[in-house]
Parts: sequence; structure tokens; C-alpha cells
Amino acid sequence: MKVLFFAMLRERLECAELQLEQTQPTTVAEVLERLKARSEKWQATLENQELLAAINQRFVDFDASVQHGDELAFFPPVTGG
Amino acid sequence: MIDIAVQTHDFDMAALYQKLSRRAAHGAVVTFTGLVREVAGGDLTHLSLEHYPGMTEQALQDIAEQAKARWPVGEIIIVHRVGTLALNEQIVFVGVSSAHRKQAFAAAEFLMDYLKTRAPFWKKEHTTTGERWVEAKKSDEAAASRWQQREVEP
Repeated sequence: MKVLFFAMLRERLECAELQLEQTQPTTVAEVLERLKARSEKWQATLENQELLAAINQRFVDFDASVQHGDELAFFPPVTGG
Repeated sequence: MIDIAVQTHDFDMAALYQKLSRRAAHGAVVTFTGLVREVAGGDLTHLSLEHYPGMTEQALQDIAEQAKARWPVGEIIIVHRVGTLALNEQIVFVGVSSAHRKQAFAAAEFLMDYLKTRAPFWKKEHTTTGERWVEAKKSDEAAASRWQQREVEP
């Protein structure tokens, strides 16, 4: 699955996009835990930041199911307008 | 009709107004334009606006469709710029036409309240001393959630 990061998150993680191997369906929260385990930087960034998530470009809750082939995105609260 | 645009270039208010005011049945046009403003400290040089291509357009379309479902409005136009924007430049345009003013005012306010809290844009302020991401405001979220409690529409 493709995972995208935007704005402050993208900058702090120094990562705009990555691919995750995911054969079984999982939840957004579980993916987040996997990402936190990557390094201290990922742990600190993803923990200390209010996050929103989208699956296939639609807002979702963190208990939403996500699976192989999905596009999952994490980003900070939005500030347009 | 719903017209959504996410673009780097500026927009022409007069041309957008023309599009909104062409239907004989619509006696009201309400427009809102948001500009880059100075920040506390007075040292803003420019803003940069990032977005989530694809999701942004879809989110704006959804918001416009929700407005159409709530009020009998005619045309809805939303234009939002991204990229680098200097002080006083136009950022966002929301325009609504309707038979009467109340629906047009309400729909335009709803569109802006939802756009600010439910469309994936992020602003970064660049000042003479550095740069910082703009933080989401609680007051914006409160303004948007107000609409969920309103049973009686104007």
C-alpha cells in the first residue's frame, strides 16, 4: 500500500511517500504503530502531532480498515481558506 | 452547476461574478474572497500553500454538493490557489447564486467554514526571520461544527 505524508509531517519525517507491504487487511491505527516503530524520529513525529488520515483520498477514522492497494495518507489538521 | 478549481495562478473576480450572475431566476449573488494578510509582528514576506492533489478537488466537490443539498442555490464556484502567494494576494474565492439572498449568504458561509476545516490545504508563513506552519484554529472547527447542529435553515 502507498502511504503519503503532507505539510509539517512530510518535512519532519523527510518523507513524502513510501510503500508498505501489507497482505492482510489492517486498520489505520495499526499502520500508524508500524510507522512509529521505524525509528525514534518517526516515533516522536507521529506521536507529538495531531493527525488526520485519509484512505483513497477520503477522510477516515483511525479504526477504519485499510488493505493492499489502498492509498493511505497522514497529515496535520488543515489550514486552507 | 458546481465549478471547482485548484490553481497556482490568480483569479479574476469580475469574470467569476459574470459566471454567477447569468441566470435570470437568480436574484442574489454572494461572493467571498480571502487574501494573504499580515501576521502579528508584521514581518510576513509570503505564504506557501501545499495541498493533496486529487483529494483536494474531491473534498471541495463534496462540500459544494452538501451546500446544494441544504439550500436551493444555483451556481457554486470555488477557486483556491496553491504555491507561493505574496502579501495581499488573493487566496480563495467562493461564490454562490440563488433566487434570494438568505440562501446565498448561508451557503457561502457554510462553504467557507467547511473548506477551512475539511479540505486538505496547509499554509506556511514565511517571514523575515524564518518560516512556520500555520496551526489549525479551534474557532474554525467550532464555526464548521455549528452547521451540524442547525436544524432550521434560513
